[in-house]
Amino acid sequence: MITFMNNSDSEEEPCNERTSLMSAESPPVPSYQDGLQASEAGEAQKRRTGSNRSPNNIADGEMSDSGVPVRESALENEEEELTLKYGAKHVIMLFVPVTLCMIVVVATIKSVRFYTEKNGQLIYTPFSEDTTSVGQRLLNSVLNTIIMISVIVVMTVFLVLLYKYRCYKFIHGWLILSSLMLLFLFTYIYLGEVLKTYNVAMDYPTLFLVIWNFGAVGMICIHWKGPLQLQQAYLIMISALMALVFIKYLPEWSAWVILGAISIYDLMAVLCPKGPLRMLVETAQERNEPIFPALIYSSAMMWTVGMAKPDTAARGPSQQTWDAAEDGRENHRSPSHADSQMSETRSPVPTRPITSLEELEEEERGVKLGLGDFIFYSVLVGKAAATASGDWNTTLACFVAILIGLCLTLLLLAVFKKALPALPISITFGLVFYFSTDNLVRPFMDTLASHQLYI
Amino acid sequence: MGAAVFFGCAGIAFGPALALVLLTVAAEPLRVIVLVAGPALPPRVTATALPHVNPASGVWLRQRQRWGVSWVFLPPHHLPRAFFWLVSLLLASLIWFVSVHLSDREDAKLQYGLLVFGAAVSVLLQEVFRFAYFKLLKKADEGLAMISEDGRSPISLRQMAYVSGLSFGIISGVFSVINILADSIGPGIVGIHGDSPYYFITSAFLTMALVLLHTFWGVIFFDACEKRRYWCLGLVVASHLLTSGLTFLNPRYEASLVPIFIITFITGLWAFFTAGGSFRNILKCLSCKQEDDSRVMMYSALQVPFED
Repeated sequence: MITFMNNSDSEEEPCNERTSLMSAESPPVPSYQDGLQASEAGEAQKRRTGSNRSPNNIADGEMSDSGVPVRESALENEEEELTLKYGAKHVIMLFVPVTLCMIVVVATIKSVRFYTEKNGQLIYTPFSEDTTSVGQRLLNSVLNTIIMISVIVVMTVFLVLLYKYRCYKFIHGWLILSSLMLLFLFTYIYLGEVLKTYNVAMDYPTLFLVIWNFGAVGMICIHWKGPLQLQQAYLIMISALMALVFIKYLPEWSAWVILGAISIYDLMAVLCPKGPLRMLVETAQERNEPIFPALIYSSAMMWTVGMAKPDTAARGPSQQTWDAAEDGRENHRSPSHADSQMSETRSPVPTRPITSLEELEEEERGVKLGLGDFIFYSVLVGKAAATASGDWNTTLACFVAILIGLCLTLLLLAVFKKALPALPISITFGLVFYFSTDNLVRPFMDTLASHQLYI
Repeated sequence: MGAAVFFGCAGIAFGPALALVLLTVAAEPLRVIVLVAGPALPPRVTATALPHVNPASGVWLRQRQRWGVSWVFLPPHHLPRAFFWLVSLLLASLIWFVSVHLSDREDAKLQYGLLVFGAAVSVLLQEVFRFAYFKLLKKADEGLAMISEDGRSPISLRQMAYVSGLSFGIISGVFSVINILADSIGPGIVGIHGDSPYYFITSAFLTMALVLLHTFWGVIFFDACEKRRYWCLGLVVASHLLTSGLTFLNPRYEASLVPIFIITFITGLWAFFTAGGSFRNILKCLSCKQEDDSRVMMYSALQVPFED
């Protein structure tokens, strides 16, 4: 286990993806990025809500349909209102997958002993935390964090370079290798541990069949085409697996310091002019390339793939976008590009029935969140579940804090309308709530419960 | 012990809350989006845009739609509320923690006194944060009213009061009882040191009462703030303190559980009348004679239909 971990660094890839939120109005979107590689390196994952464009289109299309004269101010108000509503809807669409991922991680941590046992460390965190003095331990965790973050920065820069010099095949190969490892090896280990915990016997042929099917379907869904919900489920599963690996192999204090440092890095990488992720976005925008949807969790964009639509003319360009996109793995910003194309092709078609137009609008304006965000959120909640002395209040408090952070980030996106990192606010809230709940609230609630007092 | 106790107590504690959430708050956002987009569109467009909405389904549908509106507009509504409650709990625990550390750890009576003090501070802070949340919602409501076409916000403050009270209650109940529920699965014997053997089931009932009480208090509180009836506010805070105080009488359950349930019932009636309910409404609802009004209601929930 340790040697394996030492040898492969592709396992690290998915863990570092991040999201950033991008305004829907910016020109088509960032690059195809190697999601997995990017994860090591690149953290900013962009998320587009597309909320700004669609309301305009809905308003235009329907006003012209109904023939009612449009008042300028009403139009603006309605656009703002629709922006609010659609922003709100995106919040819900993201809460469900994030919650599911966290539930899977917490359920595994609480039941399977394997993921809470100390069994060595990753090569990226070489300093051990078994020292007796507090100062030494703190120093070791800070050093571990520095090493980890520098690895991530180096990988991001490497990725940006690869992308700039158009080494797509390399990126694709790396991604496919990483997802192969996640879907087969990590799933095998996970399944083995779960079976051990519940003392269920399974013979090797059955195991082979199960793992083979799971992995093969996963590869197809993630890298090629598949039903949207299946793809979402697979992405959630691999994020959870990755988060579990982190929870197991990161030493305690290092994990918390790394979480803090990575949110700061995310902030800088997405917002600074020379940040690698920002450069990546700009390069992709210059090239006007469609995005690979593979390493981003997409809540609604994929519906056009494999679905029969009455108006094939409008579908044409978007289909092409998606087909091209399916060749490799990638990232987050994809929806915005497809969004803008679809919106453009939709507005000159006023004769479409309103229901399908609205359904289209609603579904296409799906949100995307990078898998790195899922992973780090789950790491935080999972660590809280693992180390908070069996207390569920801490886990719940962290969970609420992360979701509130996500809510606020989406709100900021609606306000600023440009790429924003999704980690900082949530992780900050999560960390604050973890430490304060574990140290302050837990003794209070325990004492109250022992006297059966209610507040 | 074991799974039976766990599921039983979880059901008792969260059954009513879950039912309330499922029936009133969990309407699909999609339906709501279209509904909320309604005010900006001509009514007939709105009608055709809701293929799965059956205008003939009466009051039930209308209620669901309206709740759906509130769900989406300030969604996820539960979370900011839960967050506010957590912050209030955090502050109260901080105060308690500091006071405990500053005092003599060995003195059991003093520690108990500090615990009572901590609980009282926590109750007061919860009410303060409820008020703060009311202010926040009021602002949001005004903002929504401004951007909507006819100057009226699509969600009434009452619905917000209900949802906020419910989410407050749920998070409060969850925090109170989740550790107890987790312990109830594992092996063990209750009350082996002489404590009451009914610990789990009474905790479950107390939690249920607490969740319902928070919901009712939310409705009454917001209404009182809205109409500036400060004596109502004081009464809500006083009843919260009273409820919390009654739990100090545990494990003499007849002295604590029975009065708490009486308080819950009375507060429920008070909240029902505050929210505009009356016996006539109940009769109308039960007889389901809303068919004719439903189409009108669907529009009026959005806006006055345009005169063409």
